[in-house]
Amino acid sequence: MRSERRQRVLRLGPFVGLLLVVGFFAVASGAPERYLSANNLRVVLAQTVIVAIGAIGMTLVIVGGGIDLAVGSTIALTGVLCALAVRDGFSPVLGVLAAVLTGGVVGLVSGLAITRLRVVPFIATLGMLGVARGTAKWLASQTTVNAPATWIGELAVTFPPAPWMLFAPGVWITLALAVLMAFVLRRTVFGRRVFALGSSEAAARACGIAIDRLKLAIYGTAGLFFGLAGVMQMSRLRQGDPTVAAGTELDVIAAVVIGGGSLNGGEGSIAGSMVGALVMAFLRNGSQQMGWPTYVQEILIGVIIVAAVAVDRWRHAQGEGE
Amino acid sequence: MTPALRLSGIVHRFGATVALDGASLEVRPGEVHALLGENGAGKSTLLGILGGLLEPRSGTMDVDGSPYAPRSPRDARDHGIALIHQELSLFPLLSVAENVLMGNEPSRRGLWDRREARRLTQAVLAEFGHPEIDPDATVGRLAIGARQVVEICRAIAARARVVLMDEPTSSLPRGDVDRLFATIGRLSAAGVAVVYISHFLEETRAVASAFTVLRDGRTVATGALSSVTNDQLIALMVGRTVGELFPHREGRPGGEAVLEVAGLTAPGLRDASFALRGGEVLGVFGLMGSGRTEMVRALYGLSRPAAGRVSVARRERPLGAPPARRLADGLGYLSEDRKGEGLAIPLSVADNVTATRLRSCSRRGILDPVLQRRQSAERADELKVRMRDPGQAVRTLSGGNQQKIAFARLVHQDASVLLLDEPTRGVDVGSKAQIYEAIARAAAAGKGVLMVSSYLPELLGVCDRLAVMSRGRLGPARPVAEWTPESVLEAAIGA
Repeated sequence: MRSERRQRVLRLGPFVGLLLVVGFFAVASGAPERYLSANNLRVVLAQTVIVAIGAIGMTLVIVGGGIDLAVGSTIALTGVLCALAVRDGFSPVLGVLAAVLTGGVVGLVSGLAITRLRVVPFIATLGMLGVARGTAKWLASQTTVNAPATWIGELAVTFPPAPWMLFAPGVWITLALAVLMAFVLRRTVFGRRVFALGSSEAAARACGIAIDRLKLAIYGTAGLFFGLAGVMQMSRLRQGDPTVAAGTELDVIAAVVIGGGSLNGGEGSIAGSMVGALVMAFLRNGSQQMGWPTYVQEILIGVIIVAAVAVDRWRHAQGEGE
Repeated sequence: MTPALRLSGIVHRFGATVALDGASLEVRPGEVHALLGENGAGKSTLLGILGGLLEPRSGTMDVDGSPYAPRSPRDARDHGIALIHQELSLFPLLSVAENVLMGNEPSRRGLWDRREARRLTQAVLAEFGHPEIDPDATVGRLAIGARQVVEICRAIAARARVVLMDEPTSSLPRGDVDRLFATIGRLSAAGVAVVYISHFLEETRAVASAFTVLRDGRTVATGALSSVTNDQLIALMVGRTVGELFPHREGRPGGEAVLEVAGLTAPGLRDASFALRGGEVLGVFGLMGSGRTEMVRALYGLSRPAAGRVSVARRERPLGAPPARRLADGLGYLSEDRKGEGLAIPLSVADNVTATRLRSCSRRGILDPVLQRRQSAERADELKVRMRDPGQAVRTLSGGNQQKIAFARLVHQDASVLLLDEPTRGVDVGSKAQIYEAIARAAAAGKGVLMVSSYLPELLGVCDRLAVMSRGRLGPARPVAEWTPESVLEAAIGA
C-alpha cells in the first residue's frame, strides 16, 4: 500500500517540475509580482493553446502506442483552409468546421496507411508531414492567405474580448476539451481499449478488439484536435500561413512525454500532457523575460525533455523494485 | 452426440514450412482432450487456427455441428471459443479487472462500468479460487503465477463453450496447477469442451480423458488416454521408440573446482554456497519464486549481489561484475526466457550461435560470413537442429529447435562453466533428449554444469549431485542417488 502511495506521489513529478520552473523564474526575474501577474498568465496561456490542443490529440495517439509527426503541417494546412473559407465569404463557423474536419481526414488517411498498407506510424505520418505541408502551400499559392477579421481572430488572443472571460476563449475551449478527453481515456470502453492497444497490440487482438478500426478512430480523432490547433494558429496570426508551425509536432510530443507519456505506449495522461505544455510555455516566457537569447530556451527545453523521461524511468525502476 | 468441435484435413503453411498437413481433431462437449506432439508438430498452429489467429489453407471445421471459419479472434469468441496462450498475453499496465474483461467490457453507453467490472472480476476470481487477487491491482505488479491466473480468468469470464489451453501450467506453481485442474473439472462438468496442450504427460493424465497425437502436422493417433501407456504416447509423438530419454554418463567427475560460491546474497537469495567441479553436472531444484533463477542471474552479473565470494577456476572474481566480465571469466548463461533474453529471434541462426564468440569467425574485427555460417552449422548439427540453413531467422524455428540454438551458443562459446536456467522449458521430448545429450557431452569435456530446473525427473536423470532451493536458501548438494522425489519436494516446500 505504501508503494502505491509513493507511486502516486511520484506521478506528481510533472506538476512539481512545473512549480519548480514557475518558482525559479518568479525569483530569478527579480519581479515575482510581474511574472506571476494575471497579464503574464494570459500571455503564457494564450501561447500554450496551440501546443496544448495538439497534445490532447497526441496523448491519444501515444497512449495507443503510435506517433503522429504530421501535426505541424496539419496545423498549417487547416489554418490555410480556414482562412481561405473566410476570405471566400463562407461563415466563420463553416471555416472552423472545415478546418477541424480536414484535420480529421488527414488523421484518417494516416490511419489508413498504417492499417491497410501496414506502414509503421513513424513512416506513415512522416509521409503525411510532407503531403499536408505541400498541400497547404499549393492551396495557398505559396503565400499567406489574408482573411477579413471575424470572431475567429479573437479565439486565441492574449486579452479576451470581454473582461469577464478572464482568459482567451481558446484557453477555455482547451480546458473543456482536456477534461472531456481525460474522461474519455479513463472511463470509456474506447479509452481503456486505447490503453490496452498501447500496452500490447498482440494481446489486444487476442482479446477480440478490432485493432484496425481502433487505430483509425485514434488517428482520426487526434486529427480533429490538430485541425482545431490549426484554427487557433490562424487565430493568432489572423491569416493562413502555409509555412507556419514547422516542427510544432516536436513540441507537442515533448509536452506528452514531459507529462509522463511513454513512446512505448500504454502510458500517459491528459493532465500530464497539459502540464508538459505549460512547462515549456513558462520556460519560454521566463527566458524571454530574463532577456536570454532563444538558443538558451532551446537548450533548456532539450535538457528538460531528457530529464523528465529520465525521472520517469527512475520512477519505474522504483516501482519494480518492490 | 454432436461433437463440440470437429476439424478435418486442416492444412497450413508458413512460407515454405508445412506446419499442418491434414490434421484432424474431434472433441465432445464436456470432454477434456489432450493435444500431444513434439514441438513443431503443429499443436500451437492448430490452436491458432481454432482461435481465429491464423487462416488454414484447406480443411473443414465444425462447432456444435455447424460450419466454422473464424476470420478474427473476435469471431472465434463470438462462436464461444476462447484461447489461452502459451506466451502470456496480458496488459501489464492495466488493472486485473480490465485484463479479465477487455474486449468483453461491461458498459453503459460506451462508459466502462467500473462497479460491474469489479463485481464480475471478483466473481470469476472467486470461482477460480483466488479471491485474494484485487481486481483493481495493476497486473504488471503481480507475481507471474498470479498473472497466469488472470489470463485463465479471462477465458472463464468469456463463458466459452470450447476452451483451448496452450501449456497453461508452464509458469504456474503447484497449488495453482491444482486449482486450474479443479476449474477445468468444473468447466467440463458444465459441458464445456477443453483442448489441452502440455508437455507433462503425468499432468495430462491427471486432467484429460481423451487424446490426439500430432506428428509432422498430421494426426497420427486418437483415443482414450486410459488405453495407452506413456511409452506408447512418446513413441507416437516421436515416431520411433525412444530408448533412454536420459543419456548414459561414463565415470564420476573428479576434476578441479571450476566455480566456487560462498555466502552469495542477492535480491531473493540468501547466503548460497556451493562448489562445482569440472566434469560435473550439479542440479538445483526449486519451486517458482524459490530464488533459483535469482542465484543464476546474480552469478552471471545480471543482478547485483549484496554479499558473497565467487571464484572461477580457483581465482576470486569481483562481485557484481557485469556479464561481459563473467563471459570473459569463462561463464556461459542459458536464460529461462528464451524469446526475451535467450535469443535474438529476428536474427539468423549463425548470428545467434556465434554471438558470444565472434572472434572465432572474424579477423581484425571484420566478420567472415562464410566461416560464421560454417561454424554455426557445425554447432547446430551437433544438437540435431532442424533447419534449412544457418542464414535462417531463429524466429522461424520451432520452440525446441530455438532452445537448441541457445544451447549451441554456449557450446560455441566454449565456456568452462555452463549456467543453465530451465534448459528444457517448453521443449518437446525429442529436443529434450538432445539437450540432455549435449549437457552430458559438455560434462565429459570437463566443463562444469549448473542446471537449474523445476522439472525433477530431468534433474534426477542428468545430474551427479542435486541441491534444493527453498525460500531463497540453497540446501546442501548431495549425490543424486541419495535423493528421492519425495525428499526433494519436502526440502523444496521447506517442511
